[in-house]
Amino acid sequence: MSKFFSDARLKRQRWLDLLFQNVTLLFAFIVLALLAGILISLFVGALPAIKAFGFKFLVSDAWNPVTDEFGALVPIVGTLATSIVALLIGIPVSFGIALFLTELSPRWLKRPLGTAIELLAGIPSIIYGMWGLFVFAPVFADHVEPWINDHLGALPLVGGLFQGPPMGIGVLTAGIILAIMVIPFIASVMRDVFEVVPGVLKESAYGLGATTWEVVWNIVLPYTKAGVVGGIMLGLGRALGETMAVTFVIGNAHELQKSLLMPGNSIASALANEFTEAVGDLYTSALIELGLILFVITFIVLSLSKLLLMQLRKSEGRQS
Amino acid sequence: MFPIYTRRRLINGFNLTISLLTMAFGLFWLIWILFTLFKYGFGGISMDLFTKMTPPPGSDGGLLNAIAGSLAMTVAATLIGTPVGILAGTYLAEFGGRGWLAPTTRFINDILLSAPSIVIGLFIYEIYVVKVGHFAGWGGAFALALIVIPVVVRTTEDMLKLVPNSLREAAAALGAPRWKVITLVTWRASKAGMMTGILLAVARISGETAPLLFTALNNQFWSSNMNQPMANLPVVVFQFAMSPYDDWHKLAWAGALLITLGVLGLNILARVVFRQKMPSN
Amino acid sequence: MDGQLIQNPKIQVRNLNFYYGKFHGLKNVSLNIPEKKVTAFIGPSGCGKSTLLRTFNRMYDLYPAQRAEGEILLDGQNILDSKQDLNKLRAKVGMVFQKPTPFPMSIYDNIAFGVKLYERLSKREMDERVEWALKKAALWNEVKDILGRSGNSLSGGQQQRLCIARGIAVKPEVVLLDEPASALDPISTAKIEELINELKEEYTIVIVTHNMQQAARASDYTAFMYLGELIEFDKTDTIFVKPSKKQTEDYITGRFG
Repeated sequence: MSKFFSDARLKRQRWLDLLFQNVTLLFAFIVLALLAGILISLFVGALPAIKAFGFKFLVSDAWNPVTDEFGALVPIVGTLATSIVALLIGIPVSFGIALFLTELSPRWLKRPLGTAIELLAGIPSIIYGMWGLFVFAPVFADHVEPWINDHLGALPLVGGLFQGPPMGIGVLTAGIILAIMVIPFIASVMRDVFEVVPGVLKESAYGLGATTWEVVWNIVLPYTKAGVVGGIMLGLGRALGETMAVTFVIGNAHELQKSLLMPGNSIASALANEFTEAVGDLYTSALIELGLILFVITFIVLSLSKLLLMQLRKSEGRQS
Repeated sequence: MFPIYTRRRLINGFNLTISLLTMAFGLFWLIWILFTLFKYGFGGISMDLFTKMTPPPGSDGGLLNAIAGSLAMTVAATLIGTPVGILAGTYLAEFGGRGWLAPTTRFINDILLSAPSIVIGLFIYEIYVVKVGHFAGWGGAFALALIVIPVVVRTTEDMLKLVPNSLREAAAALGAPRWKVITLVTWRASKAGMMTGILLAVARISGETAPLLFTALNNQFWSSNMNQPMANLPVVVFQFAMSPYDDWHKLAWAGALLITLGVLGLNILARVVFRQKMPSN
Repeated sequence: MDGQLIQNPKIQVRNLNFYYGKFHGLKNVSLNIPEKKVTAFIGPSGCGKSTLLRTFNRMYDLYPAQRAEGEILLDGQNILDSKQDLNKLRAKVGMVFQKPTPFPMSIYDNIAFGVKLYERLSKREMDERVEWALKKAALWNEVKDILGRSGNSLSGGQQQRLCIARGIAVKPEVVLLDEPASALDPISTAKIEELINELKEEYTIVIVTHNMQQAARASDYTAFMYLGELIEFDKTDTIFVKPSKKQTEDYITGRFG
């Protein structure tokens, strides 16, 4: 019997075990190092711009390659504005879709509809951008923007946001295209978190005579609060960093505009449009600093999203 | 008779109708986008598309060099990213019980999963393109590989966790060392699931444009050298679509249709693989 | 008491304590497992009988929060020693689980998997070994024409016998069976019990069961456990006919558990 267990052989296996474990550990570590590497390399690349402009970079709306003056205000505002528009449209629609998929849809339709929404999430963003530029923008300019001008533009306080020439491209169009893009992301997270609500909880509310809407609004939503917000943050993270869908339709203009109908710029679209043509070290460095800002913002948003989703999972674990 | 009840029922009915409308709203865009793609894209699909190079404006041509470049970079990125992702995911699922490394890596990986892809392009530009001094196909492949990694890490971990512990115990009970338990039994048991993850990753990178802009850039001509700038479908579609020329637009639509069909096909294939091969227990 | 009872112990358990994190799962357990006999562990669920079984091949080592204190001597050597090579131990002490666990490979490869770990056999020798193991597990006639098919394609009872064949193909010295028949139909159960009876000619067998009739039918010695303690250990006939402890009697006559 013992002939099978030569010490050398057993030792080799122990050594291979250790090797295998440490190789996998090394690769897990590489994933961590990637993040650190991205941050460090962007920081190094941005250093000349950081040295030249300091904090003023964040609040300046200058963007002049000829005189080497750069500021991030316009792309930051554009990034935030498009993302906010996207969320304002995307959140209610996603909620409606998730509600439909979990509570209303007939059983046989659930899967095909769910798949359709996930396929919408799978379509590459460049397709959204092209479609937005060639199909959506002309329709929007001819039929929707005049109406917006006439009606929303006349509102007190916010009216200024909705006045401008009906060009079809601009911050609002970019926000709408982004909304169409993030809806599937938010909707599928919401659907998934709605499905973790224990059946008994819903049944006991139905048992009291509550309507479907009341069950969703008073039971499901409070129970999954953290997860729903996490899903929204995930959508926000996507919207902030989205490049192609925005670049096609935002107009690429470096002036601060009051109106959403005017062309603007986002961080990602400024990078996509200008980076390969940027001449001069400071110009390149300023663009890299924009990338660094974008990465830091999305990092924070996505971290929050992840923490909230983890919180939901934890409280769910406690209850079961 | 029951005014409160009637009101509640009306609210319920109204809100559920809205919910139905939002569902229709979501599907409406999907159908509109796909319809447009087919309408403009189908006209451009011909033998020329697959046999001729990208043309200068005003002359005939196809997308052969772009298709080939995209295939080359996608394959290279998958070959680089998949082993890294599988090994890291294996660590998280099999050895990540104690310590700080596994939870931190899991957290960071989920962030990388949704990180802006244009920043990945910038990163590769900084560490690769600047160092070699010019844009190159390898740069594109590296950037895409960085997008593959988090997808594969995530699915590998999830799929390995679906493998029942009793299977690991049974293999260990025969005296199999840990690395053999994992490579010969656990990996094999979750093969279909891991395959699904790889397909999803390939689908994801097939349409990525942003990370290629500063890495592979573009090339008017045939290039089989990954050390040179390389044509690829997404960037060609971007440049052609943004151009003022009608015949370029036509090619851009055809390219967009190809990309979408490829991505949706891979997505559907991934689902089929997962549903058919993964045991339900 | 079992000092006189067991003349040639294969496994000697000395003052064994077991912890799942903070939970004290086994309390000061000592007993001797006789060589080439069938020993059964019985008791209500949660009494620690499976835990005790899983210390014999240190299966608990896969889980960081679980630990054992005390001594378990296999042929006089303490297997709880940190220098003990686990793979070697597990190759000597085979185990069959409650639910069948065929590997995701062919029937033939399921058997060959364990053999290849410690022996280099020619194709012909391996064929013979597979046939030998499948015959031992009374499965050969049912699968000899479908050896290339996946282990998952077999029925539950066949899968369990495949797992037994896989376990004995590596020629272990001890075979641990953790409720091997609890997921099976009565006919498969009968086959497995028959098998246990044959296997004890060559192997030391320890079986955990919640089925008292099964313990009575299939084992030579029986240990009754309750709340992590070993209450009574004796010849099976004695335990079932004239137990010396009140708790054992209550359990056997069905007054609790």
